[in-house]
Amino acid sequence: MINAILVFNNHGKPRLVRFYQHLAEEVQQQIIRETFHLVLKRDDHICNFLECGSLFGGSDYKLIYRHYATLYFVFCVDSSESELGILDLIQVFVETLDKCFENVCELDLIFHMDKVHHILQEVVIGGMVLETNMNEIVAQVEAQSKLEKAEGGLSAAPSRAVSAVKNINLPEIPRNINIGDINIKVPNLSQFM
Amino acid sequence: MPAVSKGDGMRGLAVFISDIRNCKSKEAEIKRINKELANIRSKFKGDKALDGYSKKKYVCKLLFIFLLGHDIDFGHMEAVNLLSSNRYTEKQIGYLFISVLVNSNSELIRLINNAIKNDLASRNPTFMGLALHCIANVGSREMAEAFAGEIPKILVAGDTMDSVKQSAALCLLRLYRTSPDLVPMGDWTSRVVHLLNDQHLGVVTAATSLITTLAQKNPEEFKTSVSLAVSRLSRIVTSASTDLQDYTYYFVPAPWLSVKLLRLLQCYPPPEDPAVRGRLTECLETILNKAQEPPKSKKVQHSNAKNAVLFEAISLIIHHDSEPNLLVRACNQLGQFLQHRETNLRYLALESMCTLASSEFSHEAVKTHIETVINALKTERDVSVRQRAVDLLYAMCDRSNAQQIVAEMLNYLETADYSIREEIVLKVAILAEKYAVDYTWYVDTILNLIRIAGDYVSEEVWYRVIQIVINRDDVQGYAAKTVFEALQAPACHENLVKVGGYILGEFGNLIAGDPRSSPLIQFNLLHSKFHLCSVPTRALLLSTYIKFVNLFPEIKTTIQDVLRSDSQLKNADVELQQRAVEYLRLSTIASTDILATVLEEMPPFPERESSILAKLKKKKGPGTVTDLEEIKKERSSDMNGSAEPTSVNASAVSTPSPSADLLGLGAAPLANSAPPPSSSGSLLVDVFSDSASAVAPLAPGSDDNFARFVCKNNGVLFENQLLQIGLKSEFRQNLVISSLISFLNHFLCLNLQTKPVDPTVDGGAQVQQVVNIECVSDFMEAPILNIQFSPKQEVQNIFKAKHPMDAEITKAKIIGFGSALLEEVDPNPANFVGAGIIHTKSTQIGCLLRLEPNLQAQKWLVTMDVMTENLAIDLVFLQKFSRTIGPFVAFQVANQDFDHKHSLKIFMSSSCSQVGRLAKC
Repeated sequence: MINAILVFNNHGKPRLVRFYQHLAEEVQQQIIRETFHLVLKRDDHICNFLECGSLFGGSDYKLIYRHYATLYFVFCVDSSESELGILDLIQVFVETLDKCFENVCELDLIFHMDKVHHILQEVVIGGMVLETNMNEIVAQVEAQSKLEKAEGGLSAAPSRAVSAVKNINLPEIPRNINIGDINIKVPNLSQFM
Repeated sequence: MPAVSKGDGMRGLAVFISDIRNCKSKEAEIKRINKELANIRSKFKGDKALDGYSKKKYVCKLLFIFLLGHDIDFGHMEAVNLLSSNRYTEKQIGYLFISVLVNSNSELIRLINNAIKNDLASRNPTFMGLALHCIANVGSREMAEAFAGEIPKILVAGDTMDSVKQSAALCLLRLYRTSPDLVPMGDWTSRVVHLLNDQHLGVVTAATSLITTLAQKNPEEFKTSVSLAVSRLSRIVTSASTDLQDYTYYFVPAPWLSVKLLRLLQCYPPPEDPAVRGRLTECLETILNKAQEPPKSKKVQHSNAKNAVLFEAISLIIHHDSEPNLLVRACNQLGQFLQHRETNLRYLALESMCTLASSEFSHEAVKTHIETVINALKTERDVSVRQRAVDLLYAMCDRSNAQQIVAEMLNYLETADYSIREEIVLKVAILAEKYAVDYTWYVDTILNLIRIAGDYVSEEVWYRVIQIVINRDDVQGYAAKTVFEALQAPACHENLVKVGGYILGEFGNLIAGDPRSSPLIQFNLLHSKFHLCSVPTRALLLSTYIKFVNLFPEIKTTIQDVLRSDSQLKNADVELQQRAVEYLRLSTIASTDILATVLEEMPPFPERESSILAKLKKKKGPGTVTDLEEIKKERSSDMNGSAEPTSVNASAVSTPSPSADLLGLGAAPLANSAPPPSSSGSLLVDVFSDSASAVAPLAPGSDDNFARFVCKNNGVLFENQLLQIGLKSEFRQNLVISSLISFLNHFLCLNLQTKPVDPTVDGGAQVQQVVNIECVSDFMEAPILNIQFSPKQEVQNIFKAKHPMDAEITKAKIIGFGSALLEEVDPNPANFVGAGIIHTKSTQIGCLLRLEPNLQAQKWLVTMDVMTENLAIDLVFLQKFSRTIGPFVAFQVANQDFDHKHSLKIFMSSSCSQVGRLAKC
């Protein structure tokens, strides 16, 4: 099981933090700090695995990490995971981010934190790997964006117009058809902004 | 097209983040954050209803603030409200906030559960997905209570979409991990197993993870998954790299799923069905073959994925531990990786080899890599890898290479990272003790440990060296000499002072003959360290001083002067002051005899599991310290079982007692060698018992032995150092009703006949006792067979002299052994005769000994006789007992290659009748 996924930059600033076990806020921060110090002092090209001692309260845990340009991606896992498998998973996650953001950089992670979380959600849930097929992950994320865009147009519109659309009352119609419909109307409505 | 367009971000959020990033100081940042928190709070509390966009924006801001390490104590209610929104974006951000920020015991959990329930029932796959992700992420007990019944239904329903099935499987897995009691096994389990055949590899992957966890706790329930997993694996492994399309990762077909399937198979023993087994072996061979093929891509991802599968396959091979051919191939493959240029592979190879080393089939093969591993210890740049190398050296160590490995570990210790020093110290101490052939080597090793890494030598380690020195008097003189020399170093570690103080206090007399280490010099040397030491060490040294008063009366006044000095008598530390006062008083008023009694040499310590091993286990967690010896032992007893069906191996049982002619103390009136198996009608195997009341606990492991016979006909029933009882049973059906059934027995369930056998069993020999048992009627209780066995009290042994057979030295040794030397009692003046009494709390045991030298053959004949009567000694006591007369063991050691087990045997057979009991059907 994956216990935590931590992404921080070369200065130790956290950019994505996801714990799959419940830990108090201070403990989380301490783990981030200690993990950073552990990986920082290691040069590149040495082993990507290291024992993290009692950081997570047991001796069974390992840190598996990769260093990309300005960011460290660190997965803390227990012995039920394959080390090389997790290393590949980090690569899958990063390649997916790269596809979704087109040349992902640290700034994307900062300004689109919610998106990054949603993408991660398609890869790992509850500490378990949900999907490793990159195309499948990207397809899910694209579907999400479509939904968002459809709604995003709506929510940006004045509430009067929104309620007008709502009054059309299409709840029985399956959702994706609904979206197609609204999409067409968006350009007209958006001039009220 | 990118899935996330950059233009659709929230402007307010971007501004806020930029502000934070522009903050020049931590204070400014906190100020800006507090301002924002106040703003969001007022917005949430305000009268105006917020639209979805604003809510989303504020929640994102809160998430960002949380990421910076600030606790968020509001906004939860707003997030929960977002859950019931019909809009995807609002729902999504609500779920995100809850997954990240809500802890499992929140009071809001009921509201959250309600929203989840609605979404699960919505039949909208997107909403269901969000709800399932949330359950998996939070995974609280309340959620398990609410949904553990529902999720299996979603998982196995025919119309559930693939992506929802994937989420549902992992969701169930999470709930099972947090609250296994709330996830009932049921009809769904068999349908879950069939998900392994699903078309969608994503579903198969999620299902495999779920089944692996469930199968660990309920192996029976998921047994059918083995053959399904094997056939799935086989299809993946043999597929061309393009067959699986999207699940091919850098030319490797479905590596993640392969790894998971191989993990699942590690929950089970090798498949019994030969077809399945053959297919699996084929898969594993294919995986091993592929490792030798040239890579299809130069990318590191390709080799990573390929090797992830390979390592998992090797783990499975090691787990099954049944195919010597595969094990050797696995070992060779790992051997290649040991020298690979990829650090990761070297790390993993070392790790896997550690488990391989504990397999009997491959232990020798692993040992061939010792030079590479030692080299890794010396040259690896990475501490993680070096640590693995240490682990592997520890695992591959046995008697043949212990000296080399310990020496290398000691070398490495000088430069080792501080973080792993203590562990290495423990390992060195354990190996040195376990494989010490020569205890002087052991003492040297431990003293070296203290010299190199004194700070990391825990109490357990230096306690242990003292225990061992006290228990083995062949090493005492050497130990005293060595610590004395080590203490000469100008700066020595306090742990060395402790060991030195203790050992010189006990055995300083053994080196006092040498003018370079005369009593006064010893004392001055120790006292020169005194003032630099901590209070506990000083206290220990004070005890050494008073022991010196006994050992060396000639320096009594010097020591008294020291004790009398103000710095001792008026020491601020209560403990030191008390010791000084009491010891001074004792040395002044007590007579030599009393002093000698009070300050007598420490009695031997009881033997038990090494405290160091216990510490290492505690440090590394149980199960990680593999003990090859134990595994081997288990195996070999298994194999013996089939090789020699019925054997009773008793050790050196000697010729009739000549004790009468020694001193006339009288031979022990105990009957010699009671007849083996007496046909008493019941089947209690009562080993070594001469009185029904004296019963020792079951010998360790005998329960396991017992269980084996439920399914096996042959094997070893009981085994200890003295006696092995094997059992070979044959079952026949009687077509003729036997007329042998007597009326007397007719109410018993079993009719039993035995054939008479020779009542004595020679050492190392086998005696077969045939017992015919006829089952007359059915019965419930396992019948019990009594086997009585009483070893002779007297024992003889012949051994080759290793030292010159000098009469004076031998006399000194006999006296050192603790017995009195009886001169002119033996008709042959060349013989040595000794007598002594072993005092125990309850009884006193006379002990006689005669040594007959054969100068031509350079051999000794030793005869021991121990007077015991009706003394029930269980095995544990016996071990102590042999230590009580330990000097004899030591004496033998001096002359013979040391074999602890062997000498123990002699004592067991010489001492008395013992009691052990084993129940057996």
